[in-house]
Formats: sequence, C-alpha cells, structure tokens
Amino acid sequence: MAAGHNPLEQFQIKTLLPIEAGGYDISFTNSSVFMVTTVAVITLFMLAGAKKKALVPGRWQSMVEMSYEAIAGMIRDTVGSGGKKYFPFIFSLFMFVLIANLSGMVPYTFTVTSHIAVTFALAAVVFLGVTIIGFAKHGLGYLKLFAPSGVPLPVLFLLVPIEIISYLMRPISLSVRLFANMMAGHVMLKVFAGFVISLGAVLVPLGIFPLAFMVALTGLEVLVAVLQAYIFSILTCIYLNDAIHLH
Amino acid sequence: MPRMRQFSTAALVLTGSFAVAAGQAAYAAEGGLPQLDLTRFPPQLFWLAVTFLLLYLLMSKLALPQVSDILRSREEKIAGDLSQADQLNREADAALKGYEQALAEARAKATEIAAQTRATIQADADARQAEAEARLSAQAAEAEASIRATRDQALSQVREIATDTAVAVVARLLGTQPDGASIDQAVGEELSRRGVK
Repeated sequence: MAAGHNPLEQFQIKTLLPIEAGGYDISFTNSSVFMVTTVAVITLFMLAGAKKKALVPGRWQSMVEMSYEAIAGMIRDTVGSGGKKYFPFIFSLFMFVLIANLSGMVPYTFTVTSHIAVTFALAAVVFLGVTIIGFAKHGLGYLKLFAPSGVPLPVLFLLVPIEIISYLMRPISLSVRLFANMMAGHVMLKVFAGFVISLGAVLVPLGIFPLAFMVALTGLEVLVAVLQAYIFSILTCIYLNDAIHLH
Repeated sequence: MPRMRQFSTAALVLTGSFAVAAGQAAYAAEGGLPQLDLTRFPPQLFWLAVTFLLLYLLMSKLALPQVSDILRSREEKIAGDLSQADQLNREADAALKGYEQALAEARAKATEIAAQTRATIQADADARQAEAEARLSAQAAEAEASIRATRDQALSQVREIATDTAVAVVARLLGTQPDGASIDQAVGEELSRRGVK
C-alpha cells in the first residue's frame, strides 16, 4: 500500500526550509505555510472588504461587518462591557481557528488546527491570560471562583477540589476538543476516500457509495470547522467572564 | 496487511470517534502519530507565535478600527438623518402653528373691524337720530311755545274784547255810556266762573 493511503500521512509535518536558532528547530514547515496563509487570507478579507468604507455595504463588506458584529455581539452577550478591550484578541482567535479549520477542508492543504501543539498553545494563552486577568482584577479574591457562595461547608470540601480540577482541565478540554474534532474529521474523510478506491477496485459502481458519503461528510466537516471555531471563542469568552465577574 | 491496518484504523475512528484513541492506536501501529512527535513542536509553536502575533497586530491596529469606523460613521449618519428629519418635522409643525396663529389673528382682526364698523355706523346713526330728535323736539317746543303765546295773547285779549263788546251792547241797549270799570269787573267775574283766565 502506498504511503499516500495512510490516513495519518496528511498530518505529517514536513520541513520546507530548515532554520535553527539558539539550539531550537524553528524550521519553516508545511504547517507554517498554512499559518501564514491563514493570516494572509484573514488580513486580505478584512482589509480589502472594508476598503471602500461604503455607507451601504456590498456583499464583501457585509461579510466583514457581520464577522465583526458576530464576535462583538458574542463578547457583549457573554462578558458585557468589560470584555471590550479583549475584542481584538478574541476576534483574532476566532478568525485564526475558523480560517485554519476551513482552509484545511481544501484538498491537498494542511490543517494547522489538527495539531495538539497548536491548539494547546492557543488554549494555554487563553488559560494563562484569563488567570492573570482574574488575579489582577480580584487579587486573591479570585480564588472565590472555586468556592461558590451559599454552599454548606461540608460540601465545600468536595466542591473545591472538583472546581480546581475542572479549572485546570480547561486548557486541555479546550485544545483537545478542537484538535480531536479536526483530526477525526480529516481521518474519516481520508478513510472513506480509501474506501472509494478499494471498493472501486472490486467493482467500479460500488465506489459511488463511499463517495456519496464523503460528499455528505464534507458538508458536515465544514459545519464542524465553523462550529469548533465558534465553540473555541465562546468558551474563551465564558472563561473571561469568570475572570472579570467571578461567576 | 496494510489494508487491514487501514480498516482497523477506520473502525477505531468510527466507533471510538475520539481521535486521540485512534491516534494512539495508529501511533502504535504506524510508529508515530504525527501530532505526538515532540521534535516537531518547536517549529509549530514558533511559527504560531509569529503568525498569531502578526494577525493580532494587523487586526487590532488596522482591520478592526477600519470596520468600527465604518459602523460608527453609519450609525452617526443614521442618527444625523433622524435628527434632521425630526428637526424638519418640528419646523413644519412650527410653520403650521404660525399659519394657524396668523389665521386666527386675521379672523380676530376681521371681527374687530366688523365690530368697529358696526359701532361707527351705529354711533353715526344714533347721533343723527339724536340730532333729528333734538331738532324735532326743539321745533315742537318752539311750536308749542308759539301756540301757547298765541293762545295767551288771544286769551288776554278775550277780556278786553268781551268788555268792549259788553260796553257797546249796553250802550246800544240803554243808550247811555256805562261805567267801564264795573263792566270790566263783571266780565272778569263771568270769565273766571267759566274757567277762562
């Protein structure tokens, strides 16, 4: 069996331009290509779409404004006015994950967000940022997050460890959710693509069934790509709300 | 058997649907899940940091202010248009009120002029009537006075005439000249008895 038929082959990181700095490997890889592409696509989308500054927006400008207002509305609804200054970060986060997810749906591309290193790094930034904001805003009072008021003392002995564990699990659940969804979707597509070949080799018309399933699956994966970007950013907003308002 | 391996991987993914489990199975089978290759972490993290920071700067300094400018200017335009419409509406209301006031004033003035004219005419008529009445009453008084004068004169002459007549009658009847003073007295008595002065 050819190497290209391995469903995990697509996640292989290939060095395109070896670079080393201070003993660290910071080579430009196929993953880097798509990170740069993602940033370029977002920047082009945002800057070119808003270039005309039309009073009555065209299609492109409408999309730009919709993405702006969707994220602004999400922050307003979940965090309130205190979340305004984190808007550029959450917007960047949402767009980065969204475009990385969606560009991964194009054949022969690489999905940046299908790597735990990337999703965990993003989740860790969110986790550390939220924790720092929480302590900066409330001092040690931020620890009250682990002990909700109105809970009887005996229950606290059980509740506080659970709350602490669930808080520490946030970056893991946040990153694994995104990475696992992206990876599973791409593995499934690849596996069914393999079925098309193997069943088609037995009898050509049989290949139609996995192909039809792949078409449906591709639609589902586009939905998952958008949904996961949304989930990643709304969870960030919810964590931020905890840090700013303590539940 | 590569095909079997492929199927087993697919089955794991499909049944488990938890990619890490599938990945770990494959990691064992294939000799490494690419996502868990720690030697490939530094380049990913470095380029993620570079690209994400770049994206953050581009968005926060360039793209988002541009979009918020558009949204704000649109909001201002709409608010401006609305307030202008409100202003025009108020102006129209004021104009209507002014028109109604002018109309009311004109009507009041017309009523006043009519009343004034009527009063003038009335006064004129009254004056003329009064004048005519005065003239008439003056004429009447004059006439009455002249009648009274005439009558008084006539009455004052009645005694004289009656005395003269009585003297003449007595003189003819008796052939002698009677005493004028006694006749005059008798006539005066007779006249006062009849109610003539």
